[in-house]
Amino acid sequence: MAENTVVKKKKKSGPWREVWRRLNQNKAAMLGLLVMVILILAAIFADYVAPYGYDDQDLMRRFQTPNSQHWFGTDNFGRDIFSRIVYGAQVSLKVGLIAVGIAMFIGGALGAVAGFYGGKIDNFIMRFIDVLLAIPSILLAISIVAALGPELRNVMIAVGIGSIPSYGRIVRASVLSLRDQEFIEAARAVGADDTRLILKHIIPNSMAPLIVQATIGVANAILSAAGLGFIGLGIQPPLAEWGAMLNSGRQYIRDYPHLTAFPGLAIMITIFALNLLGDGLRDALDPRLKN
Amino acid sequence: MEKKKLLEIKDLAIHYITVDGVVKAVQDMYLEINEGETLGLVGETGAGKTTTALGIMQLVPDPPGKIVSGEVIFEGSNLIGKSQGELRKIRGNEISMIFQDPMTSLNPVMTVGEQIAEVIRLHQNLSPQEALNKANEMLLKVGIPAGRAKEYPHQFSGGMRQRVVIAIALACNPKLLIADEPTTALDVTIQAQVLELMKKLKTELNTSMIMITHDLGIVAEVCDKVAIMYAGNVIEYTDKVQLFTSPKHPYTVGLFNSIPDIESDVERLKPIKGLMPDPTNLPSGCPFHPRCDKAMPSCSKRVPKNTEVAPGHFVKCLLYEEGVEK
Amino acid sequence: MYKYILRRLVMLIPVMIGVSFIVFTMMYFTPGDPARIMLGESAPEVEVQRLRDELGLNDNFFVQYGRYVKNAVVHQDLGRSYITNRPVFDEIAARFPNTLKLAALGVLVAVLIGVPVGIISATRQYSLFDNASMVFALVGVSMPNFWQGLLLILLFSIQWALLPSSGFDTWKHMILPAVTLGTSSAAIITRMTRSSMLEVIRQDYIRTARAKGQKESVVINRHALKNALIPVITVIGLQFGYLLGGAVLTESIFGITGVGRLMVDAIKSRDMLLVQGGVLFIAVVFSIVNLGVDILYAYLDPRIKSQYK
Repeated sequence: MAENTVVKKKKKSGPWREVWRRLNQNKAAMLGLLVMVILILAAIFADYVAPYGYDDQDLMRRFQTPNSQHWFGTDNFGRDIFSRIVYGAQVSLKVGLIAVGIAMFIGGALGAVAGFYGGKIDNFIMRFIDVLLAIPSILLAISIVAALGPELRNVMIAVGIGSIPSYGRIVRASVLSLRDQEFIEAARAVGADDTRLILKHIIPNSMAPLIVQATIGVANAILSAAGLGFIGLGIQPPLAEWGAMLNSGRQYIRDYPHLTAFPGLAIMITIFALNLLGDGLRDALDPRLKN
Repeated sequence: MEKKKLLEIKDLAIHYITVDGVVKAVQDMYLEINEGETLGLVGETGAGKTTTALGIMQLVPDPPGKIVSGEVIFEGSNLIGKSQGELRKIRGNEISMIFQDPMTSLNPVMTVGEQIAEVIRLHQNLSPQEALNKANEMLLKVGIPAGRAKEYPHQFSGGMRQRVVIAIALACNPKLLIADEPTTALDVTIQAQVLELMKKLKTELNTSMIMITHDLGIVAEVCDKVAIMYAGNVIEYTDKVQLFTSPKHPYTVGLFNSIPDIESDVERLKPIKGLMPDPTNLPSGCPFHPRCDKAMPSCSKRVPKNTEVAPGHFVKCLLYEEGVEK
Repeated sequence: MYKYILRRLVMLIPVMIGVSFIVFTMMYFTPGDPARIMLGESAPEVEVQRLRDELGLNDNFFVQYGRYVKNAVVHQDLGRSYITNRPVFDEIAARFPNTLKLAALGVLVAVLIGVPVGIISATRQYSLFDNASMVFALVGVSMPNFWQGLLLILLFSIQWALLPSSGFDTWKHMILPAVTLGTSSAAIITRMTRSSMLEVIRQDYIRTARAKGQKESVVINRHALKNALIPVITVIGLQFGYLLGGAVLTESIFGITGVGRLMVDAIKSRDMLLVQGGVLFIAVVFSIVNLGVDILYAYLDPRIKSQYK
């Protein structure tokens, strides 16, 4: 009797560990993650990281190019650009996270209800999402900010509302595909009620696409907020915001390009890192999708 | 009468190089098929049957697959080493292949008639209209009304799509048809119809066929010769009657034993214990030895060679090999 | 096919009603009194009240909404600007061609770059071209288009004085704005085309085509492309809508008189009817474009067509 076990048992690892392992192998995604971690830390500890306040004006020291005292130079009011970039990171990340949070919460709830109950409710919710989608998201954000007034809180709401459709659709699609699977019937057979089903079974299974969308969503939110800031509809001065910095530096672009270069680069690097991370997460969460 | 040898596979080895290791999909393969014959290639999923078929057609996806060694001699010349241009003249024309899943084998945005006409125009010098006419003829031959040539694949049922696939494969009257589990994805009743169709066309056009299947019932109906595959190796090869009446390899015996007998009153089924081995980590020596109840100590040390236990009956098993300690 | 078109047209109506409702609601609750804006800060209160009555601003919400919709649909009357008193519809219609041109050029740039690059990247996966184009695509998506516009102006207008930095009259004027607007779309379309192609190439029917003895170039161009481009077309339609919105920023940078800039100025001067009209107008155009794309999609994909035979 041959007793050789043919299949070597691999060490059992949890699903999240597997995801982390795969993500680790993706150098680009890890770079994105690193950049984001640095940004987040800088934003949280802005008061310690930034050598100056975001509105410390010094009209004697305007338009300085990068030097040892002002790493990114100074702007038209003599404010330290590096500090303003750091505080800008705080603003941008806040907007990104909260806008996505709003969108995910409302969109996810709508999608879950629509997918789960189907029929007229589904129809109604989907029409509502179609209405949101009919307006290009920048215009929607602009309208909302115009109606509510340009300040940080309203930018978050405006950008958040514009993002509701994507999360709604993702959750609805997940729900639809899971609703008829047998483990749902099994759970029902042991007495689980609808809310429990949605919360404990369906949402955990939709996590993967949601996480990817959230990462990209933060990037889009930051971009939208910067766009709003650029046309002067976003966060009002003297708060430092990257888009607004681009706007105010615009007129000096010929002689003092560094006023716009740094905020522009800041936006670009942040979005780039988030995209790398998002792509990496997508590949790590479902390697079958990897090409 | 000695039938002419159509296809001869010698010492073929195909590997897939993946991130998880090297998959030895086909190893040390010897196979032959004569004109007008039907060879059954039997094995479980993962045994290497499809890879063998792709290997014959030189369609193994590269990367990650590679034909590592061996020859595939078709009508006297080796297909391995031929240029892409020469191979394209053979595909669809002299050797055709049909695949398992009719739902995905057809291009969804082309009409059925166009897809048949395409293979005709590739190999025969006909005008587009003539090709379409011939396509209609083929449709009739496989039992589909000719008016349906303008329809799209999604408008057909699974069984009818498979008939279209057969029509494409046989349109240029190839010498050899490789059918990779053509009926596995179909209902049992449709299965019977499609098999009947294949048998009829095979006789009419004198096509040789390699029928890949895991179903011994199909083998009994359609095949002349049978090769049993396990873990990339052909472990038994003989004609149908011999195989059914006196199987030699323990795996083959196990396969027959695991078929429930409708006539006898049995309490338990008799599966072959264990599982197919991990293809990146094959057992040493004979790949079947961990599951074999006739295994001997030398089975884990020596790779069995092809032994002819009776005229035309080959087995790869140390039980029948000479010079082995029993 | 006609049934499909009809159905989609009918479905458009509730969406348009929804959009008008949302837009109207937003503007209705905007702080600020239109009558006061029109008459100025120093006008006496009684005058302001009289104007409010005249304009129907004291009627209840639904009456005002109903009036607005009726005027819009029946008379193409979107009200009058609070500042200039010119009809909103005319103001928008006068500027719309520029915005449309800009968005269309942007899409053109995006498709002309995105589709070929995507196809080549897919057929030469993992090659240098593929990796380079994917990096460029990432950069394209990450760079905010308003910054890109500024950089392009810096380079081409200021440093090298090759292209004008504002206005929209000659084709030379159109290059920089179109490129600015189209870049991030090009990046998205590249990625979408590439992934669609990659997925299609893995399909069984591609293997069938090769097994027929078909040339690889024909397999790609006839069998793969036709299938791969179908989802890309939907993305292109969506991008057009996105560009209609993105034109807002680009118009500001390049000094183009378009609807986007009109709206930004209107918001700053609290000219709400103009903003309302603008958003509504663009939403309608966008919806029609999407309808067109859906019809094209159905035309190309026989599976959709036959659902509605």
